Amino acid sequence: MASIVFAILFYFATLLLVVGLLYRIYIYARTPVPLKIPTTPAPTTTGGVVLRMMREVVFFESLFKSNLWIWGLSALFHGSLALVLMRHLRYFTDPVWGWVDLIQPFGMYAGLTMLLGLCGLWWRRIFVERIRYISTPSDHLMLLLLIGIAASGLMMKFVVHTDVISVKEYFIGLMQFNILTLPADPLLFMHLLMVMSLLVVFPFSKLLHAPGVFFSPTRNQKDDSREKRHIAAWAKKLEASE
Amino acid sequence: MSDITAPAYRAIPIIPALKPGAMEGKGPFIATDKMNEALGFPGHLVDDWHDRAIAKMGELLSKYRSFKVFMDACVHCGACSDKCHYFIGTQDPKNMPVARQDLLRSVYRRYFTLPGKLFPKLVGARDLTREILDEWYNYFYQCSECRRCSLFCPYGIDTAEITMAAREILDSVGYGQKYTNEILGKVHRIGNNLGLPGPALIDTLEGLEEDVKDATGFDVRFPIDVKGAEVLLITPSADFFAEPHIDSLIGYAKVFHASGTSWTLSSMASEAGNFGMFIGNYEQLRKIALRIRVAALELGVKRIVVGECGHAWRVAYSFWNTLSGVGSGANENDHFAMMLQKQLDHRYKQPAHICEFTWDLIERNALTFDKSANDKYIITFHDSCNVARGASMGDLPGGQFEIPRNIIKAVANNYVEMPLNTIREQTFCCGGGGGVLPDDLLEIRVKGALPRMEVLQQVADEHGVNFMATICAICKAQFTKILPIYGFDRKVVGGVHQLVSNAIQLGQK
Repeated sequence: MASIVFAILFYFATLLLVVGLLYRIYIYARTPVPLKIPTTPAPTTTGGVVLRMMREVVFFESLFKSNLWIWGLSALFHGSLALVLMRHLRYFTDPVWGWVDLIQPFGMYAGLTMLLGLCGLWWRRIFVERIRYISTPSDHLMLLLLIGIAASGLMMKFVVHTDVISVKEYFIGLMQFNILTLPADPLLFMHLLMVMSLLVVFPFSKLLHAPGVFFSPTRNQKDDSREKRHIAAWAKKLEASE
Repeated sequence: MSDITAPAYRAIPIIPALKPGAMEGKGPFIATDKMNEALGFPGHLVDDWHDRAIAKMGELLSKYRSFKVFMDACVHCGACSDKCHYFIGTQDPKNMPVARQDLLRSVYRRYFTLPGKLFPKLVGARDLTREILDEWYNYFYQCSECRRCSLFCPYGIDTAEITMAAREILDSVGYGQKYTNEILGKVHRIGNNLGLPGPALIDTLEGLEEDVKDATGFDVRFPIDVKGAEVLLITPSADFFAEPHIDSLIGYAKVFHASGTSWTLSSMASEAGNFGMFIGNYEQLRKIALRIRVAALELGVKRIVVGECGHAWRVAYSFWNTLSGVGSGANENDHFAMMLQKQLDHRYKQPAHICEFTWDLIERNALTFDKSANDKYIITFHDSCNVARGASMGDLPGGQFEIPRNIIKAVANNYVEMPLNTIREQTFCCGGGGGVLPDDLLEIRVKGALPRMEVLQQVADEHGVNFMATICAICKAQFTKILPIYGFDRKVVGGVHQLVSNAIQLGQK
C-alpha cells in the first residue's frame, strides 16, 4: 500500500517540480528587460558575462564580498548538497556510474557538513538580530525541512540502516513505471516525504533563487550601452509617433 | 529643522543594533494636484487606490524582468542588511535593503503567488492596506536608489529597481512626492529642474563671461543655442548658479576654450538631470531624454558631452541610447535612432562625460596646468553612487573610478584616498540622491551621510584632507548643507572641474 502511495506522490511531486520550474523559467524569459542595468564591475563582453555568472553561481562571489559568515555557511551547505545529490545518483543508476562510485566516500561525509552548514544558517537566523527581523516563518521551516532531510538521511546511513538495495530497486522500478515494494521503514518514509515536500514547494517559494540568478539583469547584462542600442519591444512602440 | 543634529560617529564602524520605528513618519511633502496632473498622474489619492495599485504592480511585473525576478529570488540571507547608509545612520530595520524590499514583496506574495494566497502568515504576505501604502510612501522615499546593496546580493537584487517600482505604483494612484514631481513639471515647462527660463540663463552666462574675463583676462565664452557647434554640453542646471557647482561649469568652459573646441549649451535642454529615473517612470524618463535628442538634431552637433551629475550620467551612459538614440550601434533599419546617430561623430564616445573629454585632452598633452594653484588643498574623491554603480567611463571597466582621479592628480599635488570599502564601487551615497534632497527630508539626509562623514573625518584627522571632490550636482548640494552639521566647512565639497579651473593655464597651447 505504502509503495503505491509513495509512487503516486513521487510522480506527482516530480511533475509539479518540472512543470512548475519550466513555467517560471518561461515567465522570466519572456518578460522584457527595457533598460541596461548591470552593476559594477560589469563585464563588457559575452565571455566576461559568462565568467561573472560562473563566479556568482559556483563561488557566490557577491556574497563573499558581503559577509564571510553567510558565505562560508551557505557555501558549505550548497557544496555539500551538490555532493550528496551526486552520491544519490547511485540509487537511480544500474550499474552505478564510475564517477559516482568515486565520490561515494566524500558524498557520505558531505551529509554531515551539509547539516553543519544548515544549522549554522539557522543559528544566524535565530540569533543575529538583523536576520531574525527579516525572517518569515517559512524561512525557518525551509531550513527545518532541509535539516530534517539531512538528519533522517544520516540516521539511515550511520545509525539505523535501511535496506538500500530494495530502495534502489524501487526507484529504478519507478523510473520504468513499474511499482515494486518499498521497505516499510519509518525513517525512510520520513526522509522521502520531506524530499517530496521540497520538490513541491520549489517552484512556489524562495527556492526560485536557483533559476532566478541566471535571469538577474544586474548580473547577466553586458556593459555596452553606448556601443549598441538596446530596446524592448514595448518601448520601441513608443517611438512610432516620433 | 534646526533641531536636527549629526548622529555620533561610531567608534568602530560595527553593524548598528536595530531601533524599530526610528524613522516612522509621514514621509516627504506630497505633491499637489497640479503637480501630479501635469505629469499625467491622478491629482490626489484615488478612491480605488487598492485595485489600481495591484493592477499597476501586475503591469510592472510583466514589463520589467528585473522587478519580477527580484520579487521571487530573495532568500532573506541578510547579505544586504548592513550595507545601506540610511540603515547605518538611522538603525531603523525597515531601512535594511531586504526589509525595504519586503514592504513591497509581502504584497506581491499576497496577490501574485500561490503560497501567499493560501498561507499569507506563513510566508510573510500582507493585504495591501492604507497603512501599508503610507509605509511605502515613507520608506521608499528613504532610499536614494544608490544600488550599494545590489553589489552584495548573491542574486544581484537591486533595491533601486524595487524603489522605482514602488514610487511608480504610488504615482499611479495619485500619491506623488512634491519635490520630484514639481521638478519634473519644471523640466517639461521651462527646460530645467531649477525653472531657470531662457533669458535668465543667457543673462547668467553673460555674467559668467565677464567674471572669467576679470579673473583671467581671457575671453572664455559660454555659448548657448549655437547651431553647428561641435559639442553640445548637457549639464545639471545647478551648474548655472549654485555654489560650488558653478565653479565646475567655469572649468568646463576653460577646457573647451583651451582646447579650441566649439561648443554650445541648449536653452531647451538646459538640464542633464532626469528625475524620471527617480520615480521609475519610463515615459517620464524618455520624454526628458528626448529633449536632448531634439536639441542635438536642431543644433546639428557632432558630439554630446555631459557635465558633472551622477544620476544624469547613469541615464546618459546607460539609458540614452535606449531612450533617445544618443549613442552608437543602432540597427540600420532603426530609423528613429539612425536619424541622430548618422549626425554624430562616432570616433568619440556618444555621449561622453566631461571627465572623459578633459582626460582625453590631458593624455594628448593638449592642456597646461599649474598644479600649485591647488596646493592649498589636500584632496580626496567621493565616488558618486550612480557613476560608480550605474555607469562607466572610457574604454576599460572601472574607468569611472580612474578617470576622475587621474584628472585630479594631473591638476593638483595632494591627493589622498578614503578607506577602500567606502570608495569606488563600494562608495557610500551622499545621503541626498534619488529624490531625497528636499529640506523636508533633512533628518534622513543628515543620518544617511554618516558613513561618508565618518571616513571623511578620518582622512581629515590623519592626512589633513580639506577638499572632497565629486562629480555630482546632488552630492555637491547635499554636502554643502550637511558638512556644517558635521562640523566641516561647507566649501570642503567641490567639483573635479573646479580643481581643473583653478589650475588650467589659458593661452598656453
